[in-house]
Amino acid sequence: MKRFNLLLVALVVCVSLASPALAADTIKLGVAGPHSGDLAPYGIPAMKAAQLVVKKINANGGVLGKQVELLIQDDQCKPEIATNTATKLVTQGADVVLGHICSGATKAALGIYKDAKIPVMSPSATNPGLTQSGDYPNFYRTIASDDMQAKLAVNFAIDKLGAKKVAVLHDKGDYGKGFAEFAKKFLDESSKVKVVLFEGITPGAMDYSSIVQKIRRAKADVLIFGGYHPEASKLVAQMKRKRMKTAFLSDDGVKDVSFIKVAGAAAEGAYMTGPRDLSSIPLNAAATAEFKAAYGEDPGAFFKEGYSAALALLNAIQKAGSTDYAAVTKALQTQYVDTPVGKIKFDGKGDAEGVGFSVYQVKGGKFVELK
Amino acid sequence: MEYFIELFLGGLTRGSIYALIALGYTMVYGIIQLINFAHGEIYMIGAFVAYIVCGVLTIYGFHGVSILIIAGLLAIVYSCAYGYTLEKVAYRPLRNAPRLSPLISAIGMSIFLQNYVLLAQTPDFLPFPALIPDFEFMEPIAHIIGSPELVILVTTLVTMIMLTVLIKYTKIGKAMRATQQDMSMARLVGINVDRVISTTFVIGSALAAIGGVLVASYIGQVNFYIGFIAGVKAFTAAVLGGIGSVPGAVLGGLVLGLTESFAAGYISSDYEDVFAFGLLVLILILRPSGILGRATKQKV
Repeated sequence: MKRFNLLLVALVVCVSLASPALAADTIKLGVAGPHSGDLAPYGIPAMKAAQLVVKKINANGGVLGKQVELLIQDDQCKPEIATNTATKLVTQGADVVLGHICSGATKAALGIYKDAKIPVMSPSATNPGLTQSGDYPNFYRTIASDDMQAKLAVNFAIDKLGAKKVAVLHDKGDYGKGFAEFAKKFLDESSKVKVVLFEGITPGAMDYSSIVQKIRRAKADVLIFGGYHPEASKLVAQMKRKRMKTAFLSDDGVKDVSFIKVAGAAAEGAYMTGPRDLSSIPLNAAATAEFKAAYGEDPGAFFKEGYSAALALLNAIQKAGSTDYAAVTKALQTQYVDTPVGKIKFDGKGDAEGVGFSVYQVKGGKFVELK
Repeated sequence: MEYFIELFLGGLTRGSIYALIALGYTMVYGIIQLINFAHGEIYMIGAFVAYIVCGVLTIYGFHGVSILIIAGLLAIVYSCAYGYTLEKVAYRPLRNAPRLSPLISAIGMSIFLQNYVLLAQTPDFLPFPALIPDFEFMEPIAHIIGSPELVILVTTLVTMIMLTVLIKYTKIGKAMRATQQDMSMARLVGINVDRVISTTFVIGSALAAIGGVLVASYIGQVNFYIGFIAGVKAFTAAVLGGIGSVPGAVLGGLVLGLTESFAAGYISSDYEDVFAFGLLVLILILRPSGILGRATKQKV
């Protein structure tokens, strides 16, 4: 504790020494994430994205007539370092913060920003609770949360497929079971459908005829499956063999060409969620080209989300006319902004609307995005 | 009742495949007391060979059933060759070594063959053509049993009858039984024990290949890893029925298949394996040598 106090004192001294230099009138954009250590590849692309955005905006006259200044801090994705990082950014006077990268580090840092009334936007923290718990009204993100896929799948099953009885299966793995459990949660919340079956199947088992018979007996309209393509192909093939009309709806793990290749005709008509096709968004291609021109390589993970977050934050300040917390919050939630992940604004909880996943259907041996 | 029949037939289909593979384990164990862990890989190789042959024959314009028969026969030939070589390379040099050594050798061969197929072929899942024609049965029969299940059941039945005839009424079958009862005595009366052991491996491999082709064509995919799970299940079936006993392997396979099917159908597929292995534990407590196993005396 003593050492921590000493550290705090040292920090305060450092900051007070530095503050005269920072006193110049600028908009301060904090960037926090892992920039060193084994998880650095997840943080550096977002940092570079922020640098590219700021350079471009400053060249065009800045925000509200002021230049944008970057405050870059490393948190190594560690929650205990992230709190220090956050304190540092707050004391340096950051107006908005782009970060953090890892969900754990983000959660640890958010309280500090919340007390300081600073809007924070992560390009990568997907933990559902960060937005949905309502604990962090200052938090936003430009990536879909972990349960977004399941939510989309459930809404699609209810609204588009008109499901009344839904069977939910998973492959007992982290990914598939997570998806299936979220799906079950959302299905239970809806009064329009009933979950008639919720079970795990053994991946790699010789056949799934018993469970397919069970789905048939339960008279499910839709089967939601959380898992990967090898099991999915077996399931659709056996369902087809049993002449079942049950619609098959699955996740990104199934949206793999192997699924169509292996299941063949049985894959036809199957639905699955997958990341939205961003290739038609001009800003996405432009941002990637900008990165390539600056660094001579392909951007890494969370680059386009980081680019979008930097754009969204600075745009909100511009639209709000000040860096006032309430005004910026209102701008984030009401003003659309064009970004590499699409034209977005944020909902009341902080998730970007329209970002993330779409439903695809196998048609003629191809995945077709359903609008 | 209809649901019961559906589950019963599904379990029977799965069980008969387990039985086909379990026979290989049990025959080898009966003669040289070795658990051939690479047996599941022979099954996988059978399926892979059939996949490759199918590809070639389809290019030459062959059709459905003729492809099935040619691919099946070639798969059997290849698997037999692998089984024969396996015994010669990995087990024969260890014939007089302590019993653990060939066991380790078997595990090594299993890993080797898996990775060999992974490297030589592909780590991907491959689509296996539905070789067994899917007749359009009328509802309500269509969803209870389809022609693939029927073909699997009939093929297994015919194979087992042939195997019984081979063991009971032929010269090599007699030699196999003699070797199983007492290897040194069999050698003394002029039986070529090495050849008998090789033949046992070849027959076991042929059965595994038949199982491999049937399953691959039933579920429509092959992968280098399919042998592992099938091998574990078939080994369980062999132990369940009493390892070393041929009718025991068949019974064990069917019991295991039916248990899994009913457990998944009536309780939950989460517990499919729990029930399968729970049954194994239960039977081993009540009858330590398996359902039809004989309590073996240690030969001196």
